[in-house]
Amino acid sequence: MDIGPQKGKRLATGRAMLDLLLGSTFDPLERRWLFVALGMIGIFLGGIFWSAFTRGVHPPSHVETIDSARLHLSEEFAEDKLGVRTQADGSIRVTIVAARYGFFPAQIEIPADTRVTFRIASVDVLHGAHIPMTNMSTMVVPGYVSEVTTTFPKPGDFPLLCNEYCGLGHDHMWSKVTVVAKESWFAKHHAQRGTP
Amino acid sequence: MSEKAAQRFVLQHFWVAFGAFGVASLLGFYQVMERSGIVPALQSPAVYFASVSTHGVLMAYVLTTFFIMGFSYYVAVTSLGLPIRHWMLARVGFGVALLGTVLAAIPLLLGKASVLYTFYPPVQASFWFYLGATLLVVGSWFWVAVMLLMFAGWKRTRPGENVPLPMFATAANAILWLWTSIGVALEAVFQLLPWSLGLVDTIDVGLARTLFSWTLHPIVYFWLIPAYLALYVFVPPAAGGKLFSEQAARVALVMIMVFGLPIGFHHLYVDPEQGAGWKLAHGVGTFAVAIPTLLTAFTVTASLEMAGRAAGGKGLFGWIGALPWSNPMVLAAILSLLMLVLGGFGGLINASYAMNTMVHNTAWVSGHFHLIFAGTVVTMYFAIAYHLWPRLTGKTLYSESYAALQLWAWFIGMVILTTPWHVLGLLGQPRRISSVTYNTLLTLAWDPYELAMVVGGLILLLSAGLFLFNLAKTQLAGSVAGETQVVYAEPLHPVGPLPDLLNGFKWWNVVILFLMLASFGYPIARFFLMETHNPTAWGY
Repeated sequence: MDIGPQKGKRLATGRAMLDLLLGSTFDPLERRWLFVALGMIGIFLGGIFWSAFTRGVHPPSHVETIDSARLHLSEEFAEDKLGVRTQADGSIRVTIVAARYGFFPAQIEIPADTRVTFRIASVDVLHGAHIPMTNMSTMVVPGYVSEVTTTFPKPGDFPLLCNEYCGLGHDHMWSKVTVVAKESWFAKHHAQRGTP
Repeated sequence: MSEKAAQRFVLQHFWVAFGAFGVASLLGFYQVMERSGIVPALQSPAVYFASVSTHGVLMAYVLTTFFIMGFSYYVAVTSLGLPIRHWMLARVGFGVALLGTVLAAIPLLLGKASVLYTFYPPVQASFWFYLGATLLVVGSWFWVAVMLLMFAGWKRTRPGENVPLPMFATAANAILWLWTSIGVALEAVFQLLPWSLGLVDTIDVGLARTLFSWTLHPIVYFWLIPAYLALYVFVPPAAGGKLFSEQAARVALVMIMVFGLPIGFHHLYVDPEQGAGWKLAHGVGTFAVAIPTLLTAFTVTASLEMAGRAAGGKGLFGWIGALPWSNPMVLAAILSLLMLVLGGFGGLINASYAMNTMVHNTAWVSGHFHLIFAGTVVTMYFAIAYHLWPRLTGKTLYSESYAALQLWAWFIGMVILTTPWHVLGLLGQPRRISSVTYNTLLTLAWDPYELAMVVGGLILLLSAGLFLFNLAKTQLAGSVAGETQVVYAEPLHPVGPLPDLLNGFKWWNVVILFLMLASFGYPIARFFLMETHNPTAWGY
């Protein structure tokens, strides 16, 4: 059968695509390695999808805008609203402002073994907020609210470090996080609030 | 390449690249000294951040761009057997890129552009810095044009013939770079330049970070492809063997080009301005682009194994010992692949969607990219320079044993430098600090590692000096060389007529366009659809 040059070219392209997918342009040994490589990548991605969709492990990705120049006037990030608060539903929320060169409030105390939601906004430039050796890590981008929810399994003293270059004083931008035993935190907190 | 002018042109590129490398190496050593805090008189955040910014720009943009342009001209001329076409374009490109480098270097060295090589707004640098960086990219586009014109011209006169593998890789890299550089070019032209000139007051930081992430990942492959090309075409003949599979090499290059582009959001994993779904999608692509690297590692290792066995190596590992370890090209390949394995392992962790939060912006990341860039990539740039210097200058390499010593020193220095960074990263040390001021028990554990990296930095500086000395000595005082033709690897199995897909890029450009629209289209458009509050400029 006579096929025109155009059709012949299309067929050759189609076959090349199949070859690429199946690896038959490869040496047999190399084809086997390609499948090993695909298998490895499949396992890694499988682990990521499993943790994302069955355990809800996602990086902080809360697309929420805010006017960084007017934080002091906002409902949430005004100076007297910052710090650790128990929400109506019993969850813990920490509201923090990042500004050159510190996190405010400079010292916070939170309970261990409890889900804590951090909400952080910058008044000036880019910052990063990281509590070392934990997954409390987020970029703080002016114009956006960063939100991270995590649990600290054990009590201890941690620094909260700025980990994105924010200016010549960047080295000095850190604050203190104290994680205390769940019972003592709730006992103290409720005593302060005068609730039973 | 016999044409003297072309040789001089390539050497000019290489000397700009390696001159920048020398300055940046000195700064690198100053930085580990300053950061360790062992000489209190050195402590100065202003000098440190000016130095880090200059080190990053010189290494990542100047060394790479000029080296790649020069090497590509050499590859095009020798593999196609043509003189450089469109001389004017090539010369203008070199001039514009050099002017850009000088314009950027002045504010950098004066401390007027201490915004690091990622220049994340709203911290603002001098207008001249942004203009210089933009001109460096614009200059490189002239090189892209010359490469693609030479590639297309050769194909037009030889229909149905396979483009030689070295030129195929070089054209793939030129196309990759054109796609890659669009992101940062948009950021520069529409955001950074008008904003730093004072034409607009505010800047959309989320958009700027998204555009920069477009460039920030594939640029790594722009740096890497010449290194892979040397592994494919220079290493097998240097080891006394052939290339195991040319088809696999072409497939790997195409995969890098296609999958390397639409995956930049793994740099934004913990950013608030992009949603989780987009990050996960880019994360899948990030893992996909590991496949061509795994293929490359296999092809190159298989080529080396055949050479080792031909040289009498027996048993499962005996062929490794039988390789010519004193040959700089072979030694560089082995050390480069070792660092690729270590750095690639760290890269898979960085790429892991949620695990990234544990190491994001920590010293771990600096450890990772120094292994991949300074380790894998620059080690192969050294080997290429040693290989080409006699062919460009007509002189025998001043000392092969110095070359081997230098490569070993670079490897050992890099291991000593980056191992502490990986450990420090796991312990939470931020990557971009000039000193450790945090007064906590946890951060006291960082101290011993701070000292180890000074040793690594010193070894690296000495190695960099030895490299430059060897090249300068070859050119100025070397004896006249005999054979100056370059030899590219023969494939083990002869390559028959190749399909269009492995001999050209027309369809791949369509695929890339589709993937880029799918992965960046809406995430960029959204900054124009939602109301953003853009900050004004801040100093540092």
